[in-house]
Amino acid sequence: MTNPAPVLELNDVRYRRPGRASFGLDVPKLSLTQGETVLLLGESGSGKSTLLSLICGTIVAQSGAVCVAGTDISSMSSGTRDRFRAEQIGLIFQQFNLLPFASVRDNILLPLRFAPDRAKRVASPLEDVERLCRDLGLPSDVIGARAGLLSVGQQQRVAAARALIGTPPLIVADEPTSSLDAATQTAFLDVLFTQSRAHATTVLMVSHDARLAEQFDRVIQMSDIVKTTRGAA
Amino acid sequence: MILRLALGSLVARALTVAMTILAIALSVMLFLGVEKVRTGAKASFADTISGTDLIVGARTGSVQLLLYSVFRIGNATNNMTWESYQDIAASDAVDWIVPISLGDSHRQFRVMGTTGAFFERYKYRSGQSLTVRDGALMNDLFDATIGADVAETLGYSVDDPIVVAHGLASFSEHEDQPFRISGILEKTGTPVDRTVIVSLEAIEAIHVDWRSGAQIPGQATSPDVIRQMDLQPQAITAALVGATGRLQVFGLQRSINEYAEEPLLAILPGVALQELWQIVGIAETALIAVSGMVIVTALIGMMATIFSSLNERRREMAIFRAMGARPRVIFAMLVLEAAVMAAIGALLGLVLLYVGLFIAQPLIDSAFGLWVPIDPLSLREVWVLIGVVVAGAIVSMVPAIRAYRMSLADGMMVRI
Repeated sequence: MTNPAPVLELNDVRYRRPGRASFGLDVPKLSLTQGETVLLLGESGSGKSTLLSLICGTIVAQSGAVCVAGTDISSMSSGTRDRFRAEQIGLIFQQFNLLPFASVRDNILLPLRFAPDRAKRVASPLEDVERLCRDLGLPSDVIGARAGLLSVGQQQRVAAARALIGTPPLIVADEPTSSLDAATQTAFLDVLFTQSRAHATTVLMVSHDARLAEQFDRVIQMSDIVKTTRGAA
Repeated sequence: MILRLALGSLVARALTVAMTILAIALSVMLFLGVEKVRTGAKASFADTISGTDLIVGARTGSVQLLLYSVFRIGNATNNMTWESYQDIAASDAVDWIVPISLGDSHRQFRVMGTTGAFFERYKYRSGQSLTVRDGALMNDLFDATIGADVAETLGYSVDDPIVVAHGLASFSEHEDQPFRISGILEKTGTPVDRTVIVSLEAIEAIHVDWRSGAQIPGQATSPDVIRQMDLQPQAITAALVGATGRLQVFGLQRSINEYAEEPLLAILPGVALQELWQIVGIAETALIAVSGMVIVTALIGMMATIFSSLNERRREMAIFRAMGARPRVIFAMLVLEAAVMAAIGALLGLVLLYVGLFIAQPLIDSAFGLWVPIDPLSLREVWVLIGVVVAGAIVSMVPAIRAYRMSLADGMMVRI
């Protein structure tokens, strides 16, 4: 099932934050293969957010290559990178993932609006929304409801559905379970992995919680792959 | 879907958005209302006299002739003789002619001597005739028909006696010749409301015992004697003339202006009204400027609300960015949002305006004699509405540029 071609590969990435308050981050090597579920463990301040921003292409490294699905995003124009992100990466945040005033349906469909290729893979968007909600254990009557009315656990599942729709090759999750209680955490990861494995989607999740480790294929310590520098550069 | 989300975001902030829209609506209503009142005032002004082809008087300026003959403002420096009047009346091109004699007053109101034809021929507001509200038109030598404002201000009713003064100041009243009010006219919104109308002969009768503006001492002719006298006037102030046809008007005007016996002036009321309006019109420009400012204020208010909403919406923008929206989508959404608010505000203002007009039209008419027409939108007003929406979109670009910068800097990692 696993394909040897890496879905995500970082090589000799060197990033320095612009401005005098210099914060730097170096990633010599990080590689994720298709269908893998990887937990990236690190304390806060270990550069997790910066690393995720680099992978998603909202910031660009000064040198090195960030390849997503075989394409180096560092050389793209910012507009192309935004489109590329929408096409290739499903994102789940810690909390406040959704537009509270929009319906659950619109929230799930939102990335397709900016990713025509990903939208093409979805033959029938509304049916897909229903299927994903069903698979993620969301009652079908929430689909038309305003996202802001849902419980935090339900909102995270809606965010997962949004990341999964159109089957992007990579899902990046930034502590998606930290706002959930332990039982819900395990359930959330279960349904997420069931879906990602069904479509051979790679999942990269960042967390500080080592208890989640056993549910993942592979666990990487931030400190093993990332070198951060602070203070005067 | 983006439009739906933008609308959803607006609905989520319903209260502030509603206030902003209300401000825009009120400013648009004010601007268009001023526009309506202005055109209404202009039309009312132009409608002060209609159906009259020419106004004839002694030679003077055309605006001045209009002012004293129609608006009863200022005085005639010269009269025209009764012979000239008869010469003009005898012309083939003249269909009808109504003489007017001014110069006397009652309290602060002007007294006008004329013939019964005046009530037939004087038209206002595109062809409306004078109508009697109370009593009847004058038909006796000492009868007076008064305008609505005269009756209201002085508290007169039919059959009350009325004393007419010579000249405009009241120090020499013609107390010896009391008149009787025969009728009160319906309000018209024209200077007729402020006029006491008597017969041409009555003007002569008032002056029987007077020479050079003073009463001849010891002489007091009784009304009964006066009734037996020949009261043919020697001179009148002006005359309203109707020509037999459109084509005859200009020929008639030229022949009167070139009348050899006496220096006369014939004016086209419409043209003179236009000239006069140009003088009055400076005020209307000021009005437009002020109400334009109000719209600008409302739009700046909207800009301020968008600015203050940016911080609470950072999360929303970050989600859009994370989902792959380019910063310029964020920019476009804010501009779209402002355009939608401005458009709703403009339409709401329009609705308020027409509702207000329907309610206020009869009130304004009876209070000020100003008829504000309820017309469909003029092209100019449509452009004003479009202008408001475009201006709204343009001012919103300032906060939109800020949002653009913010979303570039924040990316998708905002932690609030």
